[in-house]
Amino acid sequence: MHLAQLNVAHLLAPLDSPQLADFVANLEPVHAISDVAPGFVWRLKGGGQPTDTVKHDYGDDLLINFSVWESRETLWDFVYRSPHLPVLKRRREWFHRVAVPYTVMWWIPEGHIPSLEEGMARLELLRAEGPGPEAFTFKEFYEPDGALAAS
Amino acid sequence: MESDELDAVGVLSDPLRRKLYRFVAERGREVGRNEAAEALGIQRTLAAFHLDKLADVGLLETDFRRLGDRTGPGSGRPAKVYRRAGAERLVSLPPRDYRALALMMAEVVDLLGAEEEAERVARRAGERLARVASPADKEGGVAALLAQRGYEPYEEGGRIRLRNCPFRMSAERHPLLVCSMNLALCQGLLAGLGVPEGVAELDPRPGECCVSFSKNNES
Repeated sequence: MHLAQLNVAHLLAPLDSPQLADFVANLEPVHAISDVAPGFVWRLKGGGQPTDTVKHDYGDDLLINFSVWESRETLWDFVYRSPHLPVLKRRREWFHRVAVPYTVMWWIPEGHIPSLEEGMARLELLRAEGPGPEAFTFKEFYEPDGALAAS
Repeated sequence: MESDELDAVGVLSDPLRRKLYRFVAERGREVGRNEAAEALGIQRTLAAFHLDKLADVGLLETDFRRLGDRTGPGSGRPAKVYRRAGAERLVSLPPRDYRALALMMAEVVDLLGAEEEAERVARRAGERLARVASPADKEGGVAALLAQRGYEPYEEGGRIRLRNCPFRMSAERHPLLVCSMNLALCQGLLAGLGVPEGVAELDPRPGECCVSFSKNNES
């Protein structure tokens, strides 16, 4: 099984505004790291340019990241143990703080490329029912067999 | 208190074993019996005996590797190698549980959205650490103070990197908060020592601390 993850962020200002300039400048180097990271399988791209963001119909202020990884550990190491972390640390400069979950994970069969609709539905499931084997988070992580991981 | 925690710590009461454990930990990689024996100036069989004792209680992990460049027929059988185990051993008498409390506190910070306040607190704690350090410790600079705090600093490519994360368990649960606080603590430490705090950066790697220091500008 592979691990799919989707996260959304609500922009404080348009992507082409000065306020988001540093974030946009970081897209290319961060994607260069994720795309060769151990365990990286796939990510939804917005276009041929490294700075293209995912295109969608969920609102102009919403930024979506959607990717597939071989395991919890490889996704964790990219998110928190790579040069992605200092960029993530600055999230408040660019995105609204939200009270609802903004990131979701679920297991998929290897070779399956999930659709964006499927990903957004998993996020809705997490928001509606809390973490479970079908939609979960790093903090409440479920194994492929449906068991809650020990923490 | 779990009895295997006490067993593990008890095994370290032998000074030679303690030296071997420290030697393997400081290498930050797999170490063979010959290398450990030579470094400590002891017989290979004696080193092997103590290394295996450390492995028996789970303080070291073992594997088998071909050491050296030779491969194929005639290169000999793989050698047993040792590296420090990742599992934490906590012994507290009487029993204390700071980790459960730390996790609850971290969750409160999350709920309050109080990350900036948490970083300010960490920064002040770093400044205080520098302030109360003895003149001799200050002489050793930031690396010596970090070594005292258990960070296990080492040099690589002109930077000071930290092999151990003293907050590992909380950092795995609340990575953004704990790593940000750790950076602030390190910056406070630098400020307290009169070193430009920009030399500390978030620079995480799997299995290590999230902060590294450039050696430029270090007084």
